Amino acid sequence: MTSVLVKDLSLSFGAVEVLKKLNLDVQQGEFVVLLGPSGCGKSTLLNCIAGLLDVSTGQIFINGKNVTWEEPKDRGIGMVFQSYALYPQMTVEGNLSFGLKNARLPREEIAKRIARAAEILQIEPLLKRKPAALSGGQRQRVAIGRALVRDVDVFLFDEPLSNLDAKLRAELRVEIKRLHQQLANTMIYVTHDQIEAMTLADRIAVMRGGLIQQFDSPQAIYNKPVNRFVAGFIGSPGMNFLEGSIAAGPAFSADGVDVPLARYDFTATPVAGQKVSFGIRPEHVALNSGADWPFSARVKVDVVEPMGSDTLVWTKLGSHNLAVRVPTERMPASGDTVDIGFDPMRASIFDSGEGGRL
Amino acid sequence: MADAVLTSHPAAGVEPFGPRPRRVFSRRNIFLYGTLIMVSLYYLLPLYVMIVTSLKGMPEIRFGNVFAPPLEITFEPWVKAWSTACTGLNCEGLSRGFWNSVRITIPSVIVSIAIASINGYALANWRFKGANIFFTILIVGAFIPYQVMIYPIVIILREMGIYGTLTGLVLVHTIFGMPINTLLFRNYFASVPEELFKAARVDGAGFWGIYFRIMLPMSLPIFVVAMIIQVTGIWNDFLFGVVYTKPETYPMTVQLNNIVNSVQGVKEYNVNMAATLLTGLVPLIVYFISGKLFVRGIAAGAVKG
Repeated sequence: MTSVLVKDLSLSFGAVEVLKKLNLDVQQGEFVVLLGPSGCGKSTLLNCIAGLLDVSTGQIFINGKNVTWEEPKDRGIGMVFQSYALYPQMTVEGNLSFGLKNARLPREEIAKRIARAAEILQIEPLLKRKPAALSGGQRQRVAIGRALVRDVDVFLFDEPLSNLDAKLRAELRVEIKRLHQQLANTMIYVTHDQIEAMTLADRIAVMRGGLIQQFDSPQAIYNKPVNRFVAGFIGSPGMNFLEGSIAAGPAFSADGVDVPLARYDFTATPVAGQKVSFGIRPEHVALNSGADWPFSARVKVDVVEPMGSDTLVWTKLGSHNLAVRVPTERMPASGDTVDIGFDPMRASIFDSGEGGRL
Repeated sequence: MADAVLTSHPAAGVEPFGPRPRRVFSRRNIFLYGTLIMVSLYYLLPLYVMIVTSLKGMPEIRFGNVFAPPLEITFEPWVKAWSTACTGLNCEGLSRGFWNSVRITIPSVIVSIAIASINGYALANWRFKGANIFFTILIVGAFIPYQVMIYPIVIILREMGIYGTLTGLVLVHTIFGMPINTLLFRNYFASVPEELFKAARVDGAGFWGIYFRIMLPMSLPIFVVAMIIQVTGIWNDFLFGVVYTKPETYPMTVQLNNIVNSVQGVKEYNVNMAATLLTGLVPLIVYFISGKLFVRGIAAGAVKG
């Protein structure tokens, strides 16, 4: 069942078109992450769904009801903000109850809901404190609680973890995932952090320039990006790109490199001579494996970047830089000559012009 | 060799450790404190002269020792200034002007701050259509010299039938306080994180709900700043007071002027000084009580975040 449906949504601020006829279909109980670089319109889209921004054209449905003209409070949403946005003069309890008092709920009902939210989020000892007396992680928990007590179907998160340090972020990430499993609400989560997106999402919508580039499961987005932007944006360290063209066979050929593409799963028919980008992730390239790969080469190691568990080994394939990710215990030294190999089945090939996947 | 390392700082003879040594009578300190003391004296001397003169009797003043402390302290001039000093025909002292000023200042301050804070809130948080034009007009209004508007306002008040009344003057003060106070509140509310406002909207609070329950409790310092600006401005006002009121409704400043400038008989310097001090007392007290909040409010408005 559809929970949130965005239909041909556009939004312009003056001459600047932030969202361009955007469509999004979120299923009941789904965790959807809106992911993209700064200024791609992901927060704007979330604000439109929340009703905090008026749309220029298009419609928004929540649980089958057209809410395009509704006030935020009438949309059945709860929202969590990056800066927590707790009311500084109220206690935690006051913060949690503010929305419920505005909705004129009976006192016992308010107390019941606060107790439940406090228990789920383990903030019971904090109820009488002011936000200033809380740590960043506690504040964000209270902010989530404020959405929780509203007892709504859809949760909206606007970069909720961006203000926290790396350790707390990892902790709260797991907690949000646990919360989603427990509540089974629809959640829409905006972030520019791809780790958050990959770990939390049922589906990721990768956005750029006010449009959704790809809306699919994290695995599909990681393994089969639909265009060069998505391929380059997802994955850290990023995908290697070799610029060249399609040769007969079919094969990929760039200066001095020829990759047979017999095992590659083309989505479009390649034309010989077509200019393409050949993308392969650093972790899909094997180093000194001794196995027989469809493509292999002998290269010299330029630079070695140990990152703890993994090491990034920079080599040159023809004139292109190529990063290879290897376990740190098998790290070569710079200047070594090594054998690399990969299976083109794991690669992604994009048209050089429009960037679409072939 | 260890000794050589320890005495490696030949100038001081000791290894630098902890805070840098500072001399109390450095050239910098002498210059700094010297300037501050001079400036303080420059401002405090007239006040000192006023206070000692107001505590002397007329015979003592005639000796001409302006800076000398009073030989015999008397509060007679203060009592006279408050209750029996003459302005023209009536001899009720400043007390009537004081109560007039109170009746002008209190409603003007309350009404102007109430309206200006709502204006500022609407301009900062609810970007309604034409908000920018409205704001521009308001700011331009702050730069038009008062003198240009005096006569038109006389006509407007006359047509409304409130010329010469306290209500008329309250209205004038409220209107003239609007641009600067709206600007003050707008800038303060604009520095409140926008997400707080959005969160309140999701929580179902409306225009007034957000104003009273979220914005107002957060902005005590800026209300104090506005209050101080308005109280001192309206209390010290002379021009509007003299133009838009009648002798029975003159504010304290106008009455003070009439006492000090009356040309009958001897000039009673001690009474004049006491009257002036009495008139200046109200803004002074307001400053002393709320000075700390004033500084906090100014800083809060200036620094974003």
